[in-house]
Amino acid sequence: MSEAQEKEITETGGKIAFVDYLILDDPPYLQAQECTSCGARYFDRRNACASCFEDQFRSVAIDQEGVVTSFSIVQMGPIPYVSAVVDCAGTSVKCTIMNVEPSPEYVTLGMQVKLMTYSMGEDSEGTEAIAFGFEPI
Amino acid sequence: MGSDTIWIIGSNMTRFGKHPDKDVVDLAAEASRMALKDAGISLSEVGVLGVGNLMNAGAGIGQQLQKQIGQTGIPVFNVSNACATGATALRVAIMAVKAGETDVGMAVGVEKLAGAGLLGQRGPKPESETWQPSGRFGALSSTEGRIGTSIMPGVFAQVGMEYGHKYGGTSFELFAKISEKNHSHSTLNPLAAYQKRFTLEEIMNDVMIAYPNTRPMCSGNCDGAAAMIVVNDEKLKSLPLEVQKRAVKISASVLTSDPYVDGCQILPDVNTLTRNAASQAYEQAGIGPEDLDLVELHDCFATAELVHYDNLMLCEEGGAVDFFESGAPWRDGAKPVNVSGGLQSKGHPIAATGIANIHEIVMHLRGEAGDRQIEGARVGLAHVIGLGSACGVHILEKVA
Repeated sequence: MSEAQEKEITETGGKIAFVDYLILDDPPYLQAQECTSCGARYFDRRNACASCFEDQFRSVAIDQEGVVTSFSIVQMGPIPYVSAVVDCAGTSVKCTIMNVEPSPEYVTLGMQVKLMTYSMGEDSEGTEAIAFGFEPI
Repeated sequence: MGSDTIWIIGSNMTRFGKHPDKDVVDLAAEASRMALKDAGISLSEVGVLGVGNLMNAGAGIGQQLQKQIGQTGIPVFNVSNACATGATALRVAIMAVKAGETDVGMAVGVEKLAGAGLLGQRGPKPESETWQPSGRFGALSSTEGRIGTSIMPGVFAQVGMEYGHKYGGTSFELFAKISEKNHSHSTLNPLAAYQKRFTLEEIMNDVMIAYPNTRPMCSGNCDGAAAMIVVNDEKLKSLPLEVQKRAVKISASVLTSDPYVDGCQILPDVNTLTRNAASQAYEQAGIGPEDLDLVELHDCFATAELVHYDNLMLCEEGGAVDFFESGAPWRDGAKPVNVSGGLQSKGHPIAATGIANIHEIVMHLRGEAGDRQIEGARVGLAHVIGLGSACGVHILEKVA
């Protein structure tokens, strides 16, 4: 584990985020890297901007609420889950919809949802992993 | 008829389905030898070989094929470009002939997938004692299921649902009807992996894979190979009249990748690169979508077929649902789409698909498509898209 990650775990009270772009603040939020030149937003690490090729980025917080613009109910494993694209004030976010029946009766296009977090459990050192999803408002 | 015109003089494919008694090279050899026979030329005349195979991308299948059908020392390009692999192999052969490096090119696409299961699914990562971030997201474990899905049936389900959100009119039943059409079409195709007609109820009540795609609405993993021989104008003129009469003109050959658009990192954008490829192809060919007598498009899932009606400009922008409901894409409709049965029913041996769908067009333009012949077909378009993404569009014309 890198020094930066250790530092982050200490600062967040023995918690670690499932992905780098989930920021365990109060309240937690998703953070994108925005190209300072063209405004394109990325959740993963980029060497340069895929849109304008520049290489300077700044961190921006993503809105906590959004609208489901697409979804699928994936039923290939033992537990079905709802995969969705959520439009958070103009930024698309990929996520799993939580706290909803995985059925087209309950999941609909245009549905309003908000960010939520949940525990994935602790590792052998007692560090708790926190994941995110979106849930119906 | 410019001097840089490229012609297909030989084309063939194996039956798609299960071939437990044949390996990848056997299938490639079968398709290659049938295509050479169809062209009436010898392997010694072929000056470039493009070979597509995805599952053994590092294995040099092209050279392995040569060991079984003839080692002539010509340049071999082994290519891998997701589901557009076959079309890419053909592009390589066409480019080499167009560049004047040789008069005759051969392209082969081959895959063995029967029983491969769902592609894109990865097994669980080995359990670690402590949480270890890895990859470009710094994820603690596989993101599948935690952060939506990256598995094909779910991704392409979302592609169709996104279209529905944007334009309205989609439903589970609509997508199932698209599948009903393709499974109906394949009953006339003796080389299709599935030749069984499904009722709409059977399709909707089958096992749900990723809503709204049930099992018959997903492309069938299977084995198969397809091969094609292309020549330039000068070579064609030197060949016997019966070869010239059956030659099919490649009026457009285009390959694109996905340009950046907002949100493409979240849900792969299969639309823009297809639309770009189609626009370039129509311009190259000097014809429009209204001129097409038949279309083979990449219906890897029922939800994907819908969006490509629009991307290939077979309908007005946003009008794909109305286009389908008008009956146009049925084989007796105004714009037959996937009369072969498409990937859902003919099957989808990945690298073979991009050549096999062009072969289907060739058969119709030659008037050799048997029971499923679209009468009087003179112009056809074949489309493939591989996630990642790569898109191939070819427009073919009957000239003789």
